[in-house]
Amino acid sequence: MPISDTIKNEFSKEILEIKEHSNVRTYISLEPKDIPKAARFVFKDLDCRFVTASGIDTPDCIEILYHFSHDASGEMITLKAKLKDKKNPHIESLAPLMKGAEWIEREIWEMLGVQFDNHPNLKRLLLDEELPEDFHPLRKEKKEL
Amino acid sequence: MSHRVIVPIGPYHPLQEEPEFFKLYVEGEKVVDIDIVIGYMHRGIEKLSESKHFDQVSFLVERICGICSNSHPFAYVNAVEDLARISVPERALFIRTIIAELERLHSHLLWLGLAGHFIGYNTVWMWSWKYREPVLDILELITGNRQHYAMMTVGGVRRDIRKEDIPEIKKMTHDLIPVLNMFKGAVMDDPVIHARTRKVGILTKEEAIDYCVVGPTARASGIPIDIRKDDPYGAYDRIDWKIITQEEGDIFAKLVVRVLEMYESIRIIEQCLDKMPEGPIDADVKEIPQGEGIGHIEAPRGECFHYVRSDGTNSPIRHKIRAPSYMNVASNKVAAVGGTISDAAITLAAVDPCYCCTERTAVIDKDSDKKIMNGWDLVRLSQEKTVRLKKGLSK
Repeated sequence: MPISDTIKNEFSKEILEIKEHSNVRTYISLEPKDIPKAARFVFKDLDCRFVTASGIDTPDCIEILYHFSHDASGEMITLKAKLKDKKNPHIESLAPLMKGAEWIEREIWEMLGVQFDNHPNLKRLLLDEELPEDFHPLRKEKKEL
Repeated sequence: MSHRVIVPIGPYHPLQEEPEFFKLYVEGEKVVDIDIVIGYMHRGIEKLSESKHFDQVSFLVERICGICSNSHPFAYVNAVEDLARISVPERALFIRTIIAELERLHSHLLWLGLAGHFIGYNTVWMWSWKYREPVLDILELITGNRQHYAMMTVGGVRRDIRKEDIPEIKKMTHDLIPVLNMFKGAVMDDPVIHARTRKVGILTKEEAIDYCVVGPTARASGIPIDIRKDDPYGAYDRIDWKIITQEEGDIFAKLVVRVLEMYESIRIIEQCLDKMPEGPIDADVKEIPQGEGIGHIEAPRGECFHYVRSDGTNSPIRHKIRAPSYMNVASNKVAAVGGTISDAAITLAAVDPCYCCTERTAVIDKDSDKKIMNGWDLVRLSQEKTVRLKKGLSK
């Protein structure tokens, strides 16, 4: 059974939308509160590797995409969460689950201003520390310096 | 009383090729913690990409890295082709594979030279870089450039491999095998390399999974992942080759993985040259529809990942890039800690510690975190010592 089907069965109630772009590319939309649970299942039980996360500023929300790779089958699973509150977006951190998520969450925090709750070390990663706290360069309506 | 000393390596250091900052916390000779600061090379390429046409982005992402300047465009075109469901002509897939493997060859040879240099084995450095030159010459022959080949384009490649060049490429790969044999002998048998790399900088399998490391770093820790096999792209599923893994997770294992991988690269290139069909090299893509796509490839350092989202216009509205080192560098936090400071150079692989920079050293009390001796105190100590020595000599 493809990995995407296993996730579908496990989280049939929580899944908002599922998009199968191809045999090896599946995008699964979830409520932000369900992300830690789903990520734990994908990472620990299905032995997927956390690839990275992408943060996207869209007109009505901030999307966080968690990309996982199931290397044994080559499937790429993407868990999507939409953060509706663009003024104060926040989501549970995955860094306590795997260390590989620590840097990318720091990056999304500084680039898009998303707060990752319970992150062990949420500070700037790439940008200069002198920059103002509310400067988020990947926001479309970004503040000019 | 044990003193915790901070030894800063970087951000600018004569032996580093790129600015990065490792703050080593040292007690005696032992590294007890490490702080990694990056961002000195941040150029905002993800944002820049949003202002470029889909065709231009492949040249932009080529500039991310000089060494694996084929990997980023390759992952990017795979992402756009996934998004737009483009099928690439067979011949182009083979050419892409050849370029990618030539790049892996020269990149691994470059690393091998640097690794030799960092453990003070400069003969390996000079040899390795000498034998890397013919690979670059072949890349220049095919693409016109030693680096930044500009070969990848959405839907295919930009240059064909000419028939008359094939014997020269084969001659280079043929001549490289005795060189690799020599390196294999030098690495596997040399007691100095054994002493400096075995059981040093160990990254266990569990730690490798936790830090989500990729590429040779993961394979040297016993994780058999390789995107070329797992999610085949290019022509990798049409030829015969194998994944190289080692179980130990130390520097020696990483060395062995890279050396043996070069043999596989040669096998792949030779098979591609033989099996490459005739035909077009470009699918002639006109426009990119709305949607999202993921492309990931096995760069010399591991998985290079690109995510592209399009709203149907000329440019991506979001382009996420994750280079392999993003995952691998963070794992130094466990690999370097617990080792001695003299091993840190080779463990961090790209840096060399500088003990002489006394004005950048501070002696800190471990319990109170208070500075008890600064750079000037060390200068004073050294001046006092010189005076003592002079007195001793004049007696």
